Amino acid sequence: MFRFVPLVWANLWRRPLRSIFTLLSIIVAFVLFGLLEALRFGLFAGVEAAGDDRLMVTNRMSIVRDLPGSYLGKVQGLAGVKAVAVQVWFGGWYQDEHNQLQVIAVDPEPFFTVYPDVHVPPAERQAWITDRAGVLVGRRIAADFGWHVGDHIPLQQSIPYKGDSNTWDVTVRGIYNQDAADDTGIFIQYKYLDETRQFGRGRIGWMVPRLDNPADAKEISKRIDALFENSGTETKTAPEKAWAGDFSRQIGNVGAILSFIASAVFFTMLLVAANTMAQAVRERTNEIGVLKTLGFTHAAVTRLVLGEALCLTIAGGLIGLGLAKFLALGLKPGLSRIVPLFDLPQRAVLIGLALTVLLGLLAGALPAARAMRLGVAEALRGA
Amino acid sequence: MSDEVLVRARNVSKEYRRGSEVVHVLGDVNVEVPRGDFVALMGPSGSGKTTLLNLIGGLDRATSGSIDVAGQRLDQMSDAVLARWRADHVGFVFQMYNLLPVLTAARNVELPLLLTKLGRADREKRIAAALALVGLADRAKHKPKELSGGQEQRVGIARAIVADPTILLCDEPTGDLDRKSGDEILDLLEALNAKHGKTILMVTHDPHAAARAKHTLHLDKGALTREAV
Repeated sequence: MFRFVPLVWANLWRRPLRSIFTLLSIIVAFVLFGLLEALRFGLFAGVEAAGDDRLMVTNRMSIVRDLPGSYLGKVQGLAGVKAVAVQVWFGGWYQDEHNQLQVIAVDPEPFFTVYPDVHVPPAERQAWITDRAGVLVGRRIAADFGWHVGDHIPLQQSIPYKGDSNTWDVTVRGIYNQDAADDTGIFIQYKYLDETRQFGRGRIGWMVPRLDNPADAKEISKRIDALFENSGTETKTAPEKAWAGDFSRQIGNVGAILSFIASAVFFTMLLVAANTMAQAVRERTNEIGVLKTLGFTHAAVTRLVLGEALCLTIAGGLIGLGLAKFLALGLKPGLSRIVPLFDLPQRAVLIGLALTVLLGLLAGALPAARAMRLGVAEALRGA
Repeated sequence: MSDEVLVRARNVSKEYRRGSEVVHVLGDVNVEVPRGDFVALMGPSGSGKTTLLNLIGGLDRATSGSIDVAGQRLDQMSDAVLARWRADHVGFVFQMYNLLPVLTAARNVELPLLLTKLGRADREKRIAAALALVGLADRAKHKPKELSGGQEQRVGIARAIVADPTILLCDEPTGDLDRKSGDEILDLLEALNAKHGKTILMVTHDPHAAARAKHTLHLDKGALTREAV
């Protein structure tokens, strides 16, 4: 099979300008595909990180509305619930309002039970648990701001801290990393927040129960919501993965938009590549006749045409995906605050490689079929 | 030349359909070509010369009749088997040379060998030998547009003989050449027949070219009219 490569290669460069433009269109399509996939990964990675055995219990009206702290004990008491992590959105910024932070207040003990995928060195973990004004920071955000364990950092927030100050002085007690997550979060202690904040004391943002058995998620979700049905603050409970997926979709069904753009780009590219191949075969009718005269079978000629199309799309795809990876790495620092996980994942690269083959076969299919059907004498006459 | 019959066409007819019209190109043609012969097939335009050549070379199928080459019935072969048979047994020389413009002379000559099991080194040896035989050893890396018409035709002949076919079929091999280049090509074909024992069937309308053959067949309006020695 490799002995035909020089023939395929020579045919590709028969009209260099046409091949280069086609190649460029394929490269551009795959660069766009790669960047869109990097964006999709950045936006939806949270869904992947969500646990199968965790639930999200939020205010039925909206996640921005809080829940009474008394709900915690009721959920903890349900059979099948291993532990419940209380969470309160704190937000805030560091030094400048542009440096927005994802700060969440949690209760350390149940937090580690509910999130076994959060990894902290044991000494740092203990140090955080014992220091109410301590914070646990993600590996990536610590690296971005150059924070180290023991550093004092002033977090700014609109919630007044005791008196008139909006500055919360905290100490970095540990640096964590979480499996399949962006590591850009900061965790402060719920008790510290609750003691010091001016309003909303005793209230919690949402709860994350971890279950003994993920298969019970649907049933326990119903039981939790039933507990608070017809109360002043009803809840909405869903498996964390489903909730994260819904939350991501609220951004505006970005996934569908990204898919639509990628499909449109690929369809256009497919037309360009197919047109190139159709022209290439049409202007070589006589040569196809010569090859068949020499003993090339219909199948061999078909493979040659498909080989040309595949060479174009695979070469363009590889260059495009390589450029996309390179661009994603370059854009990542600038996007780290908005889309922390902006990166071309391996799965997208594999899908891209599969697409190069699929598009090559599609682009070459009709011209190859025409080349196959040509009779020898008919082709020699330049039919 | 042996007495063995290499090509035997019996009652061969060929019709084409052009819309509702049926065009009779060949009617009940009977031809025998002995192994080692050099036969010229003459006739006016439209007499069916190239059609008969194509049928004998397995490029087209007869409407009726049988064609037997080296003991094998072409009309009973599938398209794929016929293609492989052509690769093994037939060398074609075209009027317009039909070299692939994107390939060098050597790579053009190599094309039939790509269908064999020969390794690269063996292929290169055969290419060099074929180009040397046609006097173009020094033009191996030249592309067709860098060669004269006569040289292109010689590359075409090298391509036709490189796989050592049973028969050479030549369709007006000098038709696009000046007299001097045409004579060189005819010299080459004569040498291939005389020195290398190649059986050659050559379509031509040029009596000067036909005179180089050992035998001449005449076709007119799809029928064999006379045979000359």
